Amino acid sequence: MTTIEFRKDLFADERVDDLKQIGKPTVRQDILGHVTGRSPYYDDHLFDGLLHMRCVRSPHHHARIRSIDTSAAERMPGVRRIVMPSDVPHNINTLLSLINFGRDDEPLLSHTKVSYRGEPVCAVIADTERQARAAIAAVRVDWEVLPHVLDVEEALEPDAPVVNEEYPNNTFDYHERYDHQKLRFGDIGAGFAQADRVIEGRYQMSPIEQAPLETCGAIAAPETNDRFVCYTSTQALFFSLGTTAKLLDIASSRLHFVGGTVGGGFGGKVDSIVEPMATLGAVLTGRPVKFMWDRPEEMQVGAPRGGERWYIKDGVMNDGRIVARSFTGFFDCGAYTRLSSYAIIKATGHLPGPYTIPNVASNVYCVYTNRTPATAMRGFGITGVDFAIESHMDKVAEAVGMDPVELRILNAYRDGDMKAHRRLAKNTALIECCQVAADKAGWRIGPQFAAASSLSDGGGDRALIGETVTDQEGRIGERRQRRIPFAPSERGTGRIAAGTAGEAVSAARPQRDDMQPEPERIGHKVSAADPERPAQPAAPPAPAAPPPQAPQPAQATPPPVYEPQAPAEPPAPQSPPPAQPEPYRPSEPFQRGVKRPGASRFISGTRRR
Amino acid sequence: MEKTALNFTLNGAETGVFVDAGANLLDVLRRGVGDQTPKYGCGQGSCGACSVLIDGELHLSCLTLAETVAGKSVETTAGLAGGPELHALQKAFIDGFAAQCGYCTPGMLMAARALLDSNPNPSRDDVAEAISGNICRCTGYEPIIDAILAAASGSGRRFG
Amino acid sequence: MLSVETFETIEEAAGAVGERSRFMAGGTLLMVAVNYGNQGFDRIVRTSDRRLGEISNAGDRVHIGAGVTMAKVAASRDLAFLAPAARSVGGPAIRNRATVGGNLFAPHPYGDFATALLALDATVHWADGREEPIETVLQNRGQSIGLAAAVSVPRPQADEFRFLKVARVKPKGASVMALAAWLPKSAGRLENTRIAFGAMGATAARVKACEAALNGTNLDERGIEPALQAATEGLSPQDDALASGWYRREVAPIHLKRLLIPERRL
Repeated sequence: MTTIEFRKDLFADERVDDLKQIGKPTVRQDILGHVTGRSPYYDDHLFDGLLHMRCVRSPHHHARIRSIDTSAAERMPGVRRIVMPSDVPHNINTLLSLINFGRDDEPLLSHTKVSYRGEPVCAVIADTERQARAAIAAVRVDWEVLPHVLDVEEALEPDAPVVNEEYPNNTFDYHERYDHQKLRFGDIGAGFAQADRVIEGRYQMSPIEQAPLETCGAIAAPETNDRFVCYTSTQALFFSLGTTAKLLDIASSRLHFVGGTVGGGFGGKVDSIVEPMATLGAVLTGRPVKFMWDRPEEMQVGAPRGGERWYIKDGVMNDGRIVARSFTGFFDCGAYTRLSSYAIIKATGHLPGPYTIPNVASNVYCVYTNRTPATAMRGFGITGVDFAIESHMDKVAEAVGMDPVELRILNAYRDGDMKAHRRLAKNTALIECCQVAADKAGWRIGPQFAAASSLSDGGGDRALIGETVTDQEGRIGERRQRRIPFAPSERGTGRIAAGTAGEAVSAARPQRDDMQPEPERIGHKVSAADPERPAQPAAPPAPAAPPPQAPQPAQATPPPVYEPQAPAEPPAPQSPPPAQPEPYRPSEPFQRGVKRPGASRFISGTRRR
Repeated sequence: MEKTALNFTLNGAETGVFVDAGANLLDVLRRGVGDQTPKYGCGQGSCGACSVLIDGELHLSCLTLAETVAGKSVETTAGLAGGPELHALQKAFIDGFAAQCGYCTPGMLMAARALLDSNPNPSRDDVAEAISGNICRCTGYEPIIDAILAAASGSGRRFG
Repeated sequence: MLSVETFETIEEAAGAVGERSRFMAGGTLLMVAVNYGNQGFDRIVRTSDRRLGEISNAGDRVHIGAGVTMAKVAASRDLAFLAPAARSVGGPAIRNRATVGGNLFAPHPYGDFATALLALDATVHWADGREEPIETVLQNRGQSIGLAAAVSVPRPQADEFRFLKVARVKPKGASVMALAAWLPKSAGRLENTRIAFGAMGATAARVKACEAALNGTNLDERGIEPALQAATEGLSPQDDALASGWYRREVAPIHLKRLLIPERRL
């Protein structure tokens, strides 16, 4: 039997040892249903008169649809309804529109072109699954095959085919400014100049299918109260409900979604495709309709964890200290955005891994290719880059002739250190993990590494933010004109002074004062521009002392110059800007039917954070 | 579509149902008879979620032409517990935390039962072999193997 | 519209197989086609002929009915030499259904048992009385029309026949490759060697250059070296989800060596 070993000797004074559940045997609340086969998965609900829906799918990676001929299919036995793109009331969506992130870019059924193999163009609803399959085989689609691109770097060539018309540069638009997500912390150019050696690596992770044992599916049926019930395998019930309401242009109050019993998900059941399809079928036929992916569909069109490619460049001192680290990352999001844009935000927040490095920069691209759209999987946004980082740590250890565990302990973050996304590290435990793992594996490490602690020697100079070099490379659309480097610039054009002198840039202002991050945590002053908020006494700018391992630039430091964050904005950050619209504050929070600018009009009763 | 009458014994009870030509046993059990315990995972014999016993022998119901069970005895997880008392395997799965999402569990239980019926004292390798046609994506198999061994040895611990 | 017809004898069933029809034995392959709505046939032909399920001895050969399941092969005392190959197929539930005859026609990467039969120089007995070496049956698969009623195999001496299946999933999964070797000896040296690979092409196939290199040698590291060099000569392994053709070609000699000279494992 598996046993858990508790190491209560570690961080003993950080907790009260009163665990009542953890470490004690317990009975899962749902396991009696599992062992008796009575747990109610969506497909275990019986409906009389159930109809079966199946999709006509693209055999091509990229093709224009000249015409679709369903006349033969319509006459097949048992066929109740052909569902065409024009039957979808609001046939364009992006999953994260429910949290106002990104633009609608994906139809439920494609009407002009397909951008990945397996993309659905129409559907058949029939009395039996076999009849639906036979009718699908009788649908004739006239395809005009287009050139396709399956590699992230090829997709960023100036002449690459346009995968997704909403994002014609084959990249997601970040912050309405760049074709990638930037991270800038310190000065990597100076860091590499200071380093004894520079070590580079290229790492890649293939797409990974979550492969839940239960395939994605849903059964929808009209109820007697002018609503539609939908039993679904979803991992994200209200996501699916909201998405269905939007695509079908139907009030969410008319949708009755039942879920919660999921036959494995692992991230692959959040994309909310089967629910709008089944519900649309129920709306169009007035009958219960089941839309279930079979196993090949689950593998081919079920969104996987997307492929990733990472280039890492480290500046390393001979004693093993990493003084600069640069990342160039590519997420293959497939033909449509789904969740990849957000995965990149999360990945960037994770850089440079659990290490304290004074100079870090990254450019991460969310790239459209003619592959199956990617979505969430366990370790969302982190797994691929962690594989790259830890592989690279081994490479660095080998290059400098150091034990790989000792290298990690040497560079590990400790409580109180400043991380690259400008938050102080707390509850760090990498050093202890390395020590315990080495001990369990019988791996000998030097006494000073065995004695190291996450609780000591952190903070102080390591909590400071050095001068940060910025650049404006990679503006939206630039790559369509000419080839420009993918990697973060090492010769920036702008400077943000050391300490907390920068200006917070956020897409939307927090609704409440207590949501405002503290300047000492984020390394920025809070904008004083909010007329409703009393100007907080700005923390005095910390002296421009670089962190201990930070490089001393070779030439004299130029006087701090604020890079204008947007050319049109007034330059002086302290002066109040021209009159701005009042920041939105919900007048009646937590009530149904709240209408806010930018909020989905299909969702009732929700409130941001 | 023409339907054929099909009579068989399901978990000891005589059962009759009309089936389409070419229907597989999984569909007939789930939609025709209403026994929802075998699950659809692949429809191609790769996953084992639809495992049932036919005349005591382990079979995949999705690959079984329904009409071939005429006159035979079919057993599913629905019939595993003899009355109010759970089967030893079910108890061991509960005690050993041998299910997470639970979707593979009915098939696993059928494969395990087929093993224990023919080999009451299996080795760990025997158990691994016996469930080698059943995929579980959650547990990593170890708790399942432990539970089957515990059921075989009667050593399942019980929570109070 | 699908129909199922069941006949009393294999001969009747063979006569009923024709246009837009398929013969179903265990159904492990054909039921998948049914479940997935394959539009290429609308008649399923079956037989309840008990002869299909029989195993019998005839002189120095063993006759195996085409309907004998892998589980039955694995349990048969007469077929102990084929038990490892039979046990390598699928999980227990598949083995209770998958048949010897069906394995002859199983598409890549399936057909591990046929690989063993090919190395043993099996004869296929068609329902119409014709007999044909398994090698040409496999080569002409897809064009030949007929119903296999049985196969017969010679009974190899102990340790003359070896089988190895390489899979990525433990304890088993579909084949990266299957290897079978029949290694008869004369005066201590190999003679009339037969080496067959499965999942290294569209069907199981012999590697005659490899066989020739083994004949006349001892089964030792030096002796088998030329055979390892020729391990994949004439094979054209495909890329699939399990392995690339390149990978299969690269690792084939290593697995062949493990088959010929089993490593001692600690």
